[in-house]
Amino acid sequence: MEAINGLALGFSHALTLTNLAWALLGCFLGTAVGVLPGIGPALTIALLLPITFQVSATGAFILFCGVFYGAMYGGSTTSILLNAPGESGSIITALEGAKMARNGRAGPALATAAIGSFVAGVVGTLGIAFLGPVIVDFALVLGPAEYFALMVLCFVTVSAVLGGSALRGLVSLFFGLTLGLIGIDLQTGQPRMTFGLPELFDGVNVVLVAVALFAVAEALHMAWRHHGGEPQVLPVGKLMLSRSDLKRSFWPWIRGAGLGFPFGVLPAGGTEMPTMLSYYAERKLASPEHAKEFGTTGAIEGVAGPEAANNAAAAGILVPMLTLGLPTSATAAIMLSAFQSYGIQPGPLLFETQAELVWTLIASLFVANVMLVVLNLPLVGLWVKILKIPTPQLYAGILVFATIGTYGISNSIVDLILLYAIGIIGMFMRRFDFPVAPVVIGMILGPMAEQALRQALTISEGNWMVFVTRPGSLIILLVALAALLGPRIYGVWARRRVA
Amino acid sequence: MTNRIPLPDLLAGLFVLGFGLVGFWQAGAIPVSPLYAQVGPKAVPYVVASGMTLLGALLVLSALRGGWSAQVAEVAEAGPPNLRALGLLGAGLLANLVLIGPAGFSIAASAQFVLVAAAFGSRSMARDVLIALPLTLLVWFLFVQGLGVNIGAGLLEGLVLQLLGQEAP
Repeated sequence: MEAINGLALGFSHALTLTNLAWALLGCFLGTAVGVLPGIGPALTIALLLPITFQVSATGAFILFCGVFYGAMYGGSTTSILLNAPGESGSIITALEGAKMARNGRAGPALATAAIGSFVAGVVGTLGIAFLGPVIVDFALVLGPAEYFALMVLCFVTVSAVLGGSALRGLVSLFFGLTLGLIGIDLQTGQPRMTFGLPELFDGVNVVLVAVALFAVAEALHMAWRHHGGEPQVLPVGKLMLSRSDLKRSFWPWIRGAGLGFPFGVLPAGGTEMPTMLSYYAERKLASPEHAKEFGTTGAIEGVAGPEAANNAAAAGILVPMLTLGLPTSATAAIMLSAFQSYGIQPGPLLFETQAELVWTLIASLFVANVMLVVLNLPLVGLWVKILKIPTPQLYAGILVFATIGTYGISNSIVDLILLYAIGIIGMFMRRFDFPVAPVVIGMILGPMAEQALRQALTISEGNWMVFVTRPGSLIILLVALAALLGPRIYGVWARRRVA
Repeated sequence: MTNRIPLPDLLAGLFVLGFGLVGFWQAGAIPVSPLYAQVGPKAVPYVVASGMTLLGALLVLSALRGGWSAQVAEVAEAGPPNLRALGLLGAGLLANLVLIGPAGFSIAASAQFVLVAAAFGSRSMARDVLIALPLTLLVWFLFVQGLGVNIGAGLLEGLVLQLLGQEAP
């Protein structure tokens, strides 16, 4: 079995002292930023990208994956104790979790979230290890035409299928695509969309855009809406799960993990859908006496299931990222740019050319999961303290790091101006309910899609029919079209039926 | 529902439309490549600009039909914009922008820190200064010495380096 051999290789590297230290640092940082409202894993990894100049690729990615997993563990703490979900995947956790906390059951809610995250993390990571090589075998036969089609599918799902409105999602995506075009065209050496400014010839840095959208825009939007008052942190109480809690949590964990992982793997990515489905499933499956707790005193099943689904989906997102080089979340997009800064192109060849890196990474995900349960359960008091950092100093601090992340790359005032300009655009995007993640994904994936398009057309000698005559690419494009138009056609049909 | 056209939504749509048109202008300005290529450097920029313009037009249309943001719960429930907080935060960003070149990172970032904290209702400016200066100096040293990322040394950094008996980078 390729996966078993790979994991053996991976663990032999992951369990060295240095790599364990990177994993611990990543988990610690990740949990901290997950707990803090206002910063997430995408921003943190973007700010940590400078370490790619100093640290080996393996160490850096172990750190990034620790942050990625850790942020999800930490996010549930904030949802439960503050009733303020930090990211879309933990909205559902806040729903029941905060109710449990208000009824003095914060401890069991935190415990079931942490253990559920662990179960899902292990299931998801096993999924990566066993599914990865299978997808790689399949991906090796894909040509540039199929890759282009896959990226189109990715564009459609991250912008038009997820989120509130296809129109606004697509605007975000095209904003990202435009930003990705800025700079020298790699194939012909012509400057594009630069307004003739030499500062823009190298393109817009993705870190700058991520920092602008996730830190500056967030701070501006919070200031716009600021009306004083500190959020109240609910007390934790006893952490232990009673026997009945454990019994009620066990199957939701398993079901949540099973539901979440496939959603992450599909380019339909996103964590909203699986968490929502898991919530409704648990609500339906709960025994009548427990079902009464949903929406009233808070049902533990409603925390255990969605939290597991959230983590398993997030683990699943790593599958298309590692095997196909397709990022389906903002965090994955930033990680992809980290790979690029090492000159490594994620994709099917990664498992062959960088086998050691890939398997060490996967093994480290197991390590990170174990560390995170330990970090999150006994040390929950520490994270509660972090939650109590007052808002003024928190946002002031975030903006200090935003300056470092931008000015540190280039020492250029132009970049700072760009940071604030995109930040202001981001603030209005929040105000008008435009999603932010498609911007980052479009920016990273756009240039790759253009390259695939040009390669495909060079091979076909300029024949655009290549995208519909190759069966693989035709099928993927049809799926993309269905994903784009399907919901609308269904909507019209449903309305007709009612009328 | 009345048929009033929400001005903010209309402006947002027009902004996207304008963005698309600027994209067209810039795509047109790309020099024609002397190198032969099946797909030139202009093709994709034109496609993206067309997409953006079309989406902008659709947003304007949607705004003319009553807009969308009134249905977003967060917008509907929100009070009036807090212009004081926004102004202080903007002043903080501006201070950072102006000071970082001449005065260096720590002073610029500290000024920003104090103004941003004030924007979010911090009352004690003295305490914020006492938090900001050590914090910014610490991260400056971490990034410069630890990661080799140069974030712009200035007066304060030079002074501290001198005290430590080191050469300024």
